[in-house]
Amino acid sequence: MNELVSVMNELLSIKPVVLWSDVLIYSLVVSLGLFFYQLSKNPLARQRWRAVFHSRAGVASFIVILFYLLIALLDSLHYREPLEKTAGSDEVHYSQEVRSVLDVVLTELRNKDEKTYSAPFAIYSFAKENMQTEDGVVYRDFPRLANAGQHLADEADHGMDIFVRSMKALLVAAFISAVIIGLHMAWRHRQQHGKALIAQQTLPWGTIYLTLSALVVTCCWVLELSKEYHILGTDKVGQDVLYWSIKAIRTGVLIGTLATLLTLPLAIVLGISAGYFRGWVDDVVQYIYTTLSSVPGILLIAVSVLLIDVYIETHPEKFNLVAIRADFKFLALCFILGMTSWTGLCRLLRAETLKVSQLDYVQAAHAFGVGHNRIIYRHILPNITHIILIALVLDFSVFVLAEAVLSYIGVGVDPSMASWGNMINEARSELSRDPVVWWSVAAAFVLMFVLVLAANLFSDRVRDAFDPRSA
Amino acid sequence: MLAYIIRRLAYALPILIGVNLLTFALFFMVNTPDQMARVQLGDKHVSEEAIEQWKAQRGYDKPLFINTAENSEGLLTDTIFFDKSARLFVFDFGKSDEGRVIGADISERMWPSLAVALPTFIIGISVNIVFALFVVMFRASMFDTAAMVLCVVLLSISGVFYILGGQYFFAKLWHLVPISGYLGGTDAIRFLILPVIIGVVAGIGGGTRLYRTLFLEEANKDYVRTARAKGVSETAVLFRHILPNGLIPILTSVVVVIPSLFMGSLLIESFFGIPGLGSYTLDAIQAQDFAIVRSMVFLGSVLYILGLILTDISYTLVDPRVRLS
Repeated sequence: MNELVSVMNELLSIKPVVLWSDVLIYSLVVSLGLFFYQLSKNPLARQRWRAVFHSRAGVASFIVILFYLLIALLDSLHYREPLEKTAGSDEVHYSQEVRSVLDVVLTELRNKDEKTYSAPFAIYSFAKENMQTEDGVVYRDFPRLANAGQHLADEADHGMDIFVRSMKALLVAAFISAVIIGLHMAWRHRQQHGKALIAQQTLPWGTIYLTLSALVVTCCWVLELSKEYHILGTDKVGQDVLYWSIKAIRTGVLIGTLATLLTLPLAIVLGISAGYFRGWVDDVVQYIYTTLSSVPGILLIAVSVLLIDVYIETHPEKFNLVAIRADFKFLALCFILGMTSWTGLCRLLRAETLKVSQLDYVQAAHAFGVGHNRIIYRHILPNITHIILIALVLDFSVFVLAEAVLSYIGVGVDPSMASWGNMINEARSELSRDPVVWWSVAAAFVLMFVLVLAANLFSDRVRDAFDPRSA
Repeated sequence: MLAYIIRRLAYALPILIGVNLLTFALFFMVNTPDQMARVQLGDKHVSEEAIEQWKAQRGYDKPLFINTAENSEGLLTDTIFFDKSARLFVFDFGKSDEGRVIGADISERMWPSLAVALPTFIIGISVNIVFALFVVMFRASMFDTAAMVLCVVLLSISGVFYILGGQYFFAKLWHLVPISGYLGGTDAIRFLILPVIIGVVAGIGGGTRLYRTLFLEEANKDYVRTARAKGVSETAVLFRHILPNGLIPILTSVVVVIPSLFMGSLLIESFFGIPGLGSYTLDAIQAQDFAIVRSMVFLGSVLYILGLILTDISYTLVDPRVRLS
């Protein structure tokens, strides 16, 4: 009981920090939910989405994306911890460090710093150090790591210990997955019981179970082994690479979703008005997007980011916390990416609107005296949604990849922010070391690859289902 | 034909003016020369004199559009806009913030860029077309599926990893080629092999997939069915009917990037230490040298617009149905 009270006190004493990107990502998830709810009323859209989710690749990649999104959402609930009260003052000061709920889950990883590099699963440091024997003789050797493999009585057990722990994690994971799958199968069985045996299409449950079990196994294995080892090694200042690569998920997912959504308003409004009104509106819109797209994209982004940097440097008073500054820069980057990448979609929408607005039923609506807004909303928009949707899922992976390149060039997210681009950038100079420090790059590679691959597979399925042209 | 080209060039002019105004607005109105000087001089407490001196040295101390202090002639010409932006139209890039002549740098550095970009472009397209044709030959088979899965996998890897992986295996582990650097003359080949290979491999996933769709679209057309119905062999259908007709959209779609090859690639050049325009731009971005970045933005736009014009011309060349009016 006392424990509960102290936990409650601790919870009450923290100060929530709401970053703008947090607000955006949560409102985005809510609006996506509403969008899908609306969509589920439309029988044609339902049929198409069913095609997406009835394919194995579609449903598996969707689960993986959901998993990434979940981590990003957990990492988007920020707070500041109170500092110890100074004597004689009741005023509470808060730590300068902004943490998230995900940090609480990963407390063990966050607090296990070493001095410098160490390889994955190593128990010795990567760099030699001067050490003293008990009788004061100085010698040079690889020191033991402070937070890895301390429980080992004998170093020879190292490999065996990893194996035993992996097996243990595997057993736990197998048990958890078995329980979930068993319960769900029983539930499905009861649902179907008594119903007529209609040849009903069902979701590919086998694939779903397999993907879920794979995720459970990965999580269990990582959690179990990261208790005693640095699974992905440590970086230059001794921080756990696994922790930073997980933290980078939020940056990747957010940049993909926010930048993609920011391209939409301009592309939709300008594209539809150009195609629908034609005449001078069309000329102006075409002029704007040709001009904008003729500037090399990466240069335009670099210039805009440099300008944001200048703004931040000349207005330091507005950004009192590192996290707030990084967040401002991050949002600015999403905004810039959105503002420079809407032209492609705009061109597609213009062409399609030109085509659709010539169709008989739109002409009929004109003849009946229906207003422009209503025609656009009721007759044109529903017929071009598939283009918007396909562009939406396609752009996601493009932006995730772009972030890495931009951060490498030095015009990406703030260096204090965890991101795969920053990880690659920091580790790049170390690739020329001998032996090679490969684990930071490898970690960024694997996590990014899984996300982008899932996004690409999912977007393929969406395109197959929604694009009438692709057979 | 000549009249058509002249008209297309005339259409390009307003777009170039738009680009010029956009960059001018970004560089001098959103971001004033005062702020630029502050960032360049680094120190937070720079004196007003130092800023004025910095601006005067680089000609940023003039009024933006209209110089009221001058008489009729200097009213418009003695301004930042005329000095820094309008002159770009005659390819007078002026000096960088460090004092180097940008025009000379560009004409010197575009050849190494071209030496990497042109082979990458040509080999890349040929390889992609061959692969796509090969996949189309075995369409709707296990091989097709496997190849498409491989393409998605290749496509999901960031370009940075191709470069890092290539440098690690080919240069560091197997010592086949130098890791980075560049020499003039025939020695350049040694340094160019790896960047070109990596550029080609990095493009295979996306390219093959796109060209496969284009070829398949062609393969589903009526004339192909007619050819098969007449009893034309499958190889002849593929090479005599599908390939030439499928090449038209492919070739016309790549024409647009040809002029931009001069600009080089930011990533490849900086990783391999090739002294081309890509690494030049990247260095300028990192050093916040706005004069160079501005010139490169303008040059890039000019080349892109040139590419658009070439695309239009190539359409009229390959497809007689496109009218010149």
